[in-house]
Amino acid sequence: MHRLLMLSLCAALVSTAAFAQAPAGKVTVVTSFAKDVTDPVKKAFETATPGVTLEVQNRNTNAGVKYLEETRSGNQVDLFWASAPDAFEVLKGKGLLQKYTPRASGIPEKIGQFPINDPAGFYFGFAASGYGIMWNERYVKANKLPDPREWQDLAKPVYYDHVSIAAPSRSGTTHLTVEAVLQGEGWAKGWGTIKAMAGNFRNITERSFGVPEAVNSGQVGYGIVIDFFAFSAQASGFPVKFIYPTVTTIVPANVGIVANAPNKAAAEAFVEFLLSPAGQQVLFEPGIRRLPVNPDVYAKAPADYPNPFKDPRLNAMIKFDVAKSEARNDVVDVLFDQLISFQLDSLKAATKAIHEAEAALARKDNAQARALITQARELIAAMPVDETAASAKETASAFTGGKQKGARQAELEQQWAVFAKERYAQAQAKAEEAAKLAK
Amino acid sequence: MSLALPTGRARARLSATPGQIALALGIAVFLALFLVWPSATVIYVAFTEKGGGAFTLVNFADFFRTDLFLRSFWNSFYVSAMAVVGASILALPLAYITSRFAFRGTALIQTLGFLPLIMPPFVGAVAMQLFFGRNGSVNLLLDDWFGFKIPFMEGLNGVIFVQSIHYFPFILINLSAALRNIDASMEEAAQNLGSSGFRLFRRIVFPLAMPGYIAGASLVFVKVFDDLATPLLLNVKDMLAPQAYLRVTSIGIADPMGYVIAVVLIVASVAAMALSALATRGIDYSTVQRGGGGLARRKLRPYESVLAYLTVMLILLLVLAPHAGLLLLSFSTVWSFSPLPDGYTMAHYARIFGESSLYIKNTLIYASLAGLIDVVLGTAIAYLVLRTRLIGRDALDWAASAALAVPGIVLGIGYLRAFYGVKLWDGTPLASLWIVIVLALAIRRLPYALRACYAALQQISVSLEEAAENLGATKLRTVRRIVTPLMMGGMLAGFVTSFATAAVELSATLMLVQSNSDAPLAYGLYVLMQSAAGRGPGAALGVIAVLLVAVCTVLSHFVIERGRAMPQAGH
Repeated sequence: MHRLLMLSLCAALVSTAAFAQAPAGKVTVVTSFAKDVTDPVKKAFETATPGVTLEVQNRNTNAGVKYLEETRSGNQVDLFWASAPDAFEVLKGKGLLQKYTPRASGIPEKIGQFPINDPAGFYFGFAASGYGIMWNERYVKANKLPDPREWQDLAKPVYYDHVSIAAPSRSGTTHLTVEAVLQGEGWAKGWGTIKAMAGNFRNITERSFGVPEAVNSGQVGYGIVIDFFAFSAQASGFPVKFIYPTVTTIVPANVGIVANAPNKAAAEAFVEFLLSPAGQQVLFEPGIRRLPVNPDVYAKAPADYPNPFKDPRLNAMIKFDVAKSEARNDVVDVLFDQLISFQLDSLKAATKAIHEAEAALARKDNAQARALITQARELIAAMPVDETAASAKETASAFTGGKQKGARQAELEQQWAVFAKERYAQAQAKAEEAAKLAK
Repeated sequence: MSLALPTGRARARLSATPGQIALALGIAVFLALFLVWPSATVIYVAFTEKGGGAFTLVNFADFFRTDLFLRSFWNSFYVSAMAVVGASILALPLAYITSRFAFRGTALIQTLGFLPLIMPPFVGAVAMQLFFGRNGSVNLLLDDWFGFKIPFMEGLNGVIFVQSIHYFPFILINLSAALRNIDASMEEAAQNLGSSGFRLFRRIVFPLAMPGYIAGASLVFVKVFDDLATPLLLNVKDMLAPQAYLRVTSIGIADPMGYVIAVVLIVASVAAMALSALATRGIDYSTVQRGGGGLARRKLRPYESVLAYLTVMLILLLVLAPHAGLLLLSFSTVWSFSPLPDGYTMAHYARIFGESSLYIKNTLIYASLAGLIDVVLGTAIAYLVLRTRLIGRDALDWAASAALAVPGIVLGIGYLRAFYGVKLWDGTPLASLWIVIVLALAIRRLPYALRACYAALQQISVSLEEAAENLGATKLRTVRRIVTPLMMGGMLAGFVTSFATAAVELSATLMLVQSNSDAPLAYGLYVLMQSAAGRGPGAALGVIAVLLVAVCTVLSHFVIERGRAMPQAGH
């Protein structure tokens, strides 16, 4: 009886698969990618799959997630297509994606230390991206600034007021950068590095593209960005450079099929196309410049194109723990906002005071002043929560809205903000005292 | 909704007819359906308790316990008040010179002075940074020549600077409309009594134009209070509207605080509007005389003329600099850390040529429909508030004004929540039709048209209507033949403001656009402005948007002037 049922089920599956052979009609994709990315892909896909038209709905990642959530009752969207893996994790968690097993071959399981596809089969990496530092050569030349190599370099006094970043709560890619530093250097040391860099921030933008835009137009010198922003700016002729620091990670940008997709067959065809050699090669277009996940297509890459499968630097990158990142996602974002974004003025004032004290010490050393500066640095680096508390359910539940009882988001935020504000003020006082001693 | 104040308003001598009651009910239903309900589906969270969902006010207590929110509140208040001052400094000379003197190019100045209101999203910001930013053209040149820079775009002062430029047209338009509505006989009477010059302006002309100024100034205040685009482009986050937006669109989406801020914004906006209404209440601004064709325009003496032109040129130069930057950007190859672009090209226009026609068509349809809805609603609400004693008429006014304070993203999500479940006969959700975008735009821009219509009606004496009714005209006929023609200037001002700002609106649209074929210009801009290669084409599209709105503005001016000239021909 069971066998019969299984057999008929299999038959049913085969017959639907047979129907799925010929995709046709309109397939709708919600994406955060710019027109410069979607247009060439759309063109190539429609040529490769006659009879299918790709309808692109452009929304930023958060709005896209929200949109799928609000419209799930009468879903009209077939695909979700964006960079940040955590957005896909959220969609998966809410049951808004469906499983699929891509047929495409030649794609390895991992890129660097990161699995290319979701191990559970809900979304698939189609392009890789790494994080690093981009800068405007004209700006750097006019201000006579050195080229940075590592994140820590950006904390040096010479970069004061020259660096820009997107808020991790606003940009999934920046969130991954921050998380990569935290995982690479450990919670306490990592935050120390981030806050030391943050003391040099010119501003913190509220959208990912705000940073490359400011660097491209020369409003800030350095930006902490995802690689393709720099590569596509170079391809458009902007005088910018880019470098991968040692502690970074290569993360795939993804595509997933939405649950109850109205045109499942065409959605699958789109996924297959993106992963096929033809689809992978579209990524070399000047306006896109992302790293394909199929190692073979790099044979056709433009000159000097970074190859994450060959580059020893990119291969040595740290292992990125997605589960760990997911567990403390909101806490890391809110900590960054409350300790850095909304306290930037006092953080910068304290940092500047330390820089000045150190400059004074370089001229005339003083042991007591050195001790004060160390204390000031410790005050800035101090965190209101340790790693265990950050990943704890009680902390995380403050940010998930009305479902669970517990601390309210606003309460925690106010506590953390006060914690940071007091310590930054103390750090500034200590640094100023040190500067007096060194005189 | 019965919030009517028992004011002893002498204006409202006419009592309500069944038609007026029906009209009021119709508007109430419209506002409830397309503003109150969608917003409520999102904002109710502000009043719920964490963990239980029970009603609570603890979130509001949290608001006042959080340093960041208090700081944001005061910053928003300070910036809005200062922006009104800044906008007045820019608008008063332009309005005065163009309305009081025989001045060549009045129409041109009125149109150009209107352009700053149309700053396309994203590209406008980029152009402004390239001009006034830390390493913008102006500062690079200043640094080169004199060795210093001016922080035009830094911190709160930067926000005040940009907002003054951006929103001063609200005052310009409303004040100019009001000045044109003043009858020459008033001025002549004052002159006969020996008043002239600045005293005449201060004591007679300006007070009579007060409703227009108040309408404009209150719009500037509330708009700046609720605006999030400019602070965010300058990376100023400790203001209320950006705080609400940042929370609602990211980590605080499930948290009540974002919606608490939205409630605070709505209450503050309605309070500001109510205060401005109080300021003009109880004072009679209307004049009975009509047909004199507005103020007499004095000829300027040569030196005065030079001074006037110089003032006008200086102001226009300042307020149009962003548009000049936009134009340059649309023709430039690479523009980075230099006073002028590296080279020039037409390629950006070529790239957007094909697809822009669709965007233009959609934008024209959406914005003009929204503008039309706004003027009809605005006139109706102004009429009900000023000419009837219906209970709850003030609530209509406040509800419509509150639309200004509902963040676009909240309205967008609210529309999805409210209308996505409503299916049409063939199963498509109501929210996926483009008409929903029009409704959202109309609701968001209604306060502009409403204030303009309100000011216009305030200037018309009720005796004119009484006279018409004494001569046997019905209420409807009176409105059609007397009130509407006399209000035309204000209605036009309202239409133009609603239309122009709707044409570049993005925040609610972004949530509601369902397909590229339904997308307006602002959405096309957004899609382009996410990549380095899209900057030039984005600027080109921005220039097209600005031109489009400017042409429509000039056309509507032309139409209205012709309509005005005809009855005067026999005068």
